Amino acid sequence: MSGAAWWQIFVFVAIPYVALSVFVVGHIWRYRFDRFGWTSHSSQIYESRWLRVGAPMFHLGVFLAIMGHALGILVPESLTEWLGISESEYSLVAVTGGTIAVVLVVVGLGILSLRRLADPRVRNATSDSDKFLFPLMWLVILLGMAETVGYNLLGPGYNYRPTIAEWYRGIFTFSPDVSGVTTAPILYQVHVSLAWLFIAAFPFTRLVHAWSAPVWYLTRPYVIYRRRRSTPVPVPGETRGWVTIGRR
Amino acid sequence: MRVRAQLMMVMALDKCIGCHTCSVTCKQAWTNRNGTDYIWFNNVETKPGIGYPQQYEDQERWHGGWALDRRGRLRLRAGGRINKLLHIFANPDLPVIDDYYEPWTYDYSHLISAPLSDAPPVISARSKLTGEPTRLKWGVNWEDDLGGAHERLGQDPNIAGLEEQIRLDYENVFMFYLPRICEHCLNPSCVASCPSGALYKREEDGIVLADQNKCRGWRFCVSGCPYKKVYFNHVTGKAEKCTFCYARVEDGMPTICAETCVGRIRYIGVVLYDLDSVTAAASVPQDRLVETHRELLLDPHDPRVMSEAERGGVPFDWIEAAQRSPVYALACDLRVALPLHPEYRTMPMVWYVPPLAPVVHGLGSIGYDTEDPDAVFAAIEHMRIPIDYLANLLAAGDRGQIEEALRKQLAMRSFKRQEQLFGRGDTRTIAEAGLNPEQLEHLFRLLGLANYSERYVIPTSHREDAGALQTEHSGTDFPGNHYRDKKGRLRLRVRPE
Repeated sequence: MSGAAWWQIFVFVAIPYVALSVFVVGHIWRYRFDRFGWTSHSSQIYESRWLRVGAPMFHLGVFLAIMGHALGILVPESLTEWLGISESEYSLVAVTGGTIAVVLVVVGLGILSLRRLADPRVRNATSDSDKFLFPLMWLVILLGMAETVGYNLLGPGYNYRPTIAEWYRGIFTFSPDVSGVTTAPILYQVHVSLAWLFIAAFPFTRLVHAWSAPVWYLTRPYVIYRRRRSTPVPVPGETRGWVTIGRR
Repeated sequence: MRVRAQLMMVMALDKCIGCHTCSVTCKQAWTNRNGTDYIWFNNVETKPGIGYPQQYEDQERWHGGWALDRRGRLRLRAGGRINKLLHIFANPDLPVIDDYYEPWTYDYSHLISAPLSDAPPVISARSKLTGEPTRLKWGVNWEDDLGGAHERLGQDPNIAGLEEQIRLDYENVFMFYLPRICEHCLNPSCVASCPSGALYKREEDGIVLADQNKCRGWRFCVSGCPYKKVYFNHVTGKAEKCTFCYARVEDGMPTICAETCVGRIRYIGVVLYDLDSVTAAASVPQDRLVETHRELLLDPHDPRVMSEAERGGVPFDWIEAAQRSPVYALACDLRVALPLHPEYRTMPMVWYVPPLAPVVHGLGSIGYDTEDPDAVFAAIEHMRIPIDYLANLLAAGDRGQIEEALRKQLAMRSFKRQEQLFGRGDTRTIAEAGLNPEQLEHLFRLLGLANYSERYVIPTSHREDAGALQTEHSGTDFPGNHYRDKKGRLRLRVRPE
């Protein structure tokens, strides 16, 4: 970590750990005290036609993008080399997958955003958290596109795998090498920093519905019966923490 | 065999005057909050009509409820589990708010803030979704008393396939009211459609509820229910539905819609059913659905049923209540009540006594004579409400069921009228209708007198466990003094002498 300025340590070491902590603790807090607010908060009841085009596109695109990021950042270069995957093969997969993901995400989110702006009912139902979330997502996505197009397709090329990816993995092994990210082009630095903001905000937005993917539905019986259970019901005021009621 | 208890409701449509008191009191009690503005757990529709939400009965369009596949197996009409997960990002069968109606309020402040003028100030409607002035296009009872029927009547799915031309000319027009709540089905497709497992059926009384802490807003319950009686709260993003006023019925009181019904049309009681037979009963061919549903509701006087019920954990006072149940009498013993749209195969538990109606022609012209039983039954053919229409609504197209229910009601009326006028009734009429004298008297008491205590036979819920918990909760001695016995009940440890 020698040679890094104090603000670089702050931005690329302190902030990631704060963001990850907020991410974990935020989810626990939300699940414990705001299960009633834990929902996809769909606006399909206001407007269905465009949502039925945009929402599946966006979600599929996001899945691809998450897989791409996992492949690019979490898988070390040494592993793909050991598997005998050449640089050109790797970038072919990355560019093809990335292009499909970008088209799906941008068109999907574009439809969803336009619909949110243009349909008065959806616009009126847009919460403060949405007003924060939508622009943030756009910024992160556009920056990600810009760095790939700007540096790798049109520019000289920048290999994030031995640099940013090393730093990122280092965060999880508690040995982040800040030089990996401080030497990266500025667009990358902004992209990853906004991504930490996104991660910190995640548990406090509607995005938590991602963790509720109902896979259990595949194996459970269709009709659910419940019998009155003999466990005590928590009484407000007697439990620790606080109870949120009437939350929008 | 696993015998369980179920709270059931029957509504005698003949007595419904369409006053909407049930809807209003229900709304005041349950859906006067933000986001529930368009939601009516109880609504009253004029039939024929397209209903609320519009054309909800057309399952070709909405894919609600269950259907048999080619091999005769029961399947969710909208598709099974994998299909649901593939469509999780956008529900293909979800009604939008305009299918219900755009909720609105009025610009009330204008009444006091308007400048002084010759004319009194007028307030305009504002959309509750956008706050903007709006044109009112539809509402929950927009077609009350056939309003707009000349334009929309043809869209009522129950009219499709009717041989008789639906006549709208004044002399021949017909209508009746259909109050609707959640059916609290034995085979609920909303519960089956919920990917999160948030909807559930209570084993103690069969009430179907939505657990809002588990609901994640996927909305498949809304589209899965063929009656469209699960709603999406558009502010909280959670499912909401009729609760059968569980807080009231647990204390032995009828639901608020039943309590406030001025026509005394509603009956609430307990029926016993076999949990393990539900799926098989829901899978029989369409023409046997009503009878199979009746057979599913077990005879509470049968000693075997009683012992199985006890073994299944049904408290004894609930079995007793099932024996005095007005709804079991109307549905299974007297056989005058019928399920709403049994062809959806959800095994609905709110049943209806089909309405008698004025006959089309003058009574004399068809030889209507209260003393001649044949003439009494001939009147059924000449009633304004076509039997086929009622059959499409309440019997999956089976005319025989409607005829039986109407014949019994007519025979009871005719007999009672004779008794009033001549001192004694003609037992031939009631025998021909399939009633014995005791049944006739029972039918008369239930439909005619309709005493409160006979309409509502609701045992209170059992809180013995809760009592034990109370010890656990607020006991003053050490927790170690309690233990659970072999049956899992909480006991106080008594120190040996």
